[in-house]
Amino acid sequence: MQRTDTAPKPVSMPKLSRETIVNIVVMAILLAVPLWASSIGEDYYVNLASLITIFAIAGVGLNFAIGQGGMVSFGHAAFFGIGGYTTGIAAFHNFEETLFMSMPFAVSGTNQMLIIWIVAMAVCGIAALAIGAISLRTEGVYFIMITLAFAQMIYYFAISWPAYGGEDGLSIYLRNELPVVDAESALTFFLVCFILLLGVIFATARLSGSRFGAALGTAHMNGTRLATSGIDPFPIKLTGFVISAMITGLAGALFAELNGFTGPSMLSWQRSGEIMVFVILGGVGRLCGPAIGAAVFVLLETYIGEWTEHWQLLLGLALLGVVLFARGGVMGMIAGSARHD
Amino acid sequence: MTAALIFEQILNGLQFGLTLFLMAAGLTLVFGVMGLINLAHGSLYMVGAFCCAWITQQTGSFWLGLGGGVLGAAAAGALIEMLVIRRLYDRDHLDQVLATFALILIFSEGTRMVFGSMPLYLNIPAALGGTIALPGVEAYPVYRLFIILAALAVAVLLYLLISKTRLGMQIRAGESDREMIAALGVDIKMLYTIVFALGGAIAGLSGALVGSLRSVQVGMGEPVLILAFVVIVIGGIGSVKGALIGSVLIGLVDTLGRIFLPIALKFFMENASANSIGSALSSMLIYLMMAGILAVKPKGLFNATN
Repeated sequence: MQRTDTAPKPVSMPKLSRETIVNIVVMAILLAVPLWASSIGEDYYVNLASLITIFAIAGVGLNFAIGQGGMVSFGHAAFFGIGGYTTGIAAFHNFEETLFMSMPFAVSGTNQMLIIWIVAMAVCGIAALAIGAISLRTEGVYFIMITLAFAQMIYYFAISWPAYGGEDGLSIYLRNELPVVDAESALTFFLVCFILLLGVIFATARLSGSRFGAALGTAHMNGTRLATSGIDPFPIKLTGFVISAMITGLAGALFAELNGFTGPSMLSWQRSGEIMVFVILGGVGRLCGPAIGAAVFVLLETYIGEWTEHWQLLLGLALLGVVLFARGGVMGMIAGSARHD
Repeated sequence: MTAALIFEQILNGLQFGLTLFLMAAGLTLVFGVMGLINLAHGSLYMVGAFCCAWITQQTGSFWLGLGGGVLGAAAAGALIEMLVIRRLYDRDHLDQVLATFALILIFSEGTRMVFGSMPLYLNIPAALGGTIALPGVEAYPVYRLFIILAALAVAVLLYLLISKTRLGMQIRAGESDREMIAALGVDIKMLYTIVFALGGAIAGLSGALVGSLRSVQVGMGEPVLILAFVVIVIGGIGSVKGALIGSVLIGLVDTLGRIFLPIALKFFMENASANSIGSALSSMLIYLMMAGILAVKPKGLFNATN
């Protein structure tokens, strides 16, 4: 007689939440479409996917500030633009073979993306430290307006400073280089962007789950309570703001590479609004929300834009519909409200 | 550099500041009473300018156009309040920002569909053309002086409305305790619509007045809106007095900075770099001033809600 209790226990799959499944599906589609498009020689779609990926990175940055820290920044275009200008200026000096500065030590341009990314993120971090230090003294609606005003300040500075193109912006004639791989290839560049997107999503997820993330979330929900438990909310929020800005700055650097151009439009208030739209359309505080939001935005722009030049009217109506009737964005519609487990 | 030039620039700064005040007053009222951040306020400014330009072109009368601009913006304000804004009072600021950002897209694209992308031009009415001699300035444009006086008149009327009338009393009561005045039998929905329309009317007046100085085009409202944000952040959100002082301060600093900063820098460096650094610095000046004021007073100079 066969004993049943010796039968091997079936290995149960870890139960995936619906949101995790949606995340995996979204990322798989985002990866599969350009791979397929590249295989049939349609680089146009590969670049479209790169654009979505880059916007998603920018959104992940802002999503960390809004979703985790409750800091509704309406000025993230400042960091997107600073990232773009870092790329543009480095390439400009490299192309012209001039120095960026000679005092107190010589700094030349470069065409190495890795260096540019690090510098772009560092510059964004410093800018965010200054902007955040002042803006985070306030909160709520003041914070929204002040971040908007600071972004506008940088925008006007870029327009009126003639050395780097002023209103015309800067062209990047040759895409900068990466070690080993050929960044000129559309597919390679997409894959680089995709890996970076996975990287920042992973990093923000880990950060949100860390002690720091818990402190940041509490600083947002109840600053007094955090202070009572011995943690000053201000440096926590400032750190969160700086991290958020650095991620968005990285996206800006990639955006300039993709377009071969950087200009004041990267810094405009509309851009800040768009980055915010990626976050909201996808779902605030959701891991892959910005990727969904960016995809919806870019596809609307591309396909309705082909059909009518007034696509922004439809975007406006869609956005209004999401805010008024579908709170939680696309992710909220598909996967239900956010789980806190 | 003469005293006349300085005096003329001060008047220009005052004119710029007071048109900003017309924008900021509506924004700060709406925030004070309803707790709403309204990005679409710049669209109401644009609606005012377009209504004014269109009616003036059709009828040939600037005054009809001006009246039409004010009424058109007030009607647009009342309409969006009833359709959209009303649903946002209980929401957080993020939803408000997004919904009103969507309204900007809708207004801008809608206006572009009706009027096209080409700017409209509005002539200064004949009665207000030409220049006038003022003490210290030989020839100052009459129209700019008219804007200064009109904006000051609005400021006085607004003060009287808020502090002396029944409606003003309800507005002030709404700022401090909205549930209480609803319990006392005031139709709070109606009151909100009126306040929103009032803010729209003033913004529309501002747009219609400025339309003759610059071109009337899609997107004209948002740069002014952002400056109006700086004004009310400096002045203190909810305070009309703060908005007046903040806007005059911004108008003067911006106008005088653009003229005199490059001149001042020429004492320290050669002409070319003084011009480029001067223009870059002066475009940042008001934001630096805002940062400075916030560093000392995070809630603005005259905080009403404190």
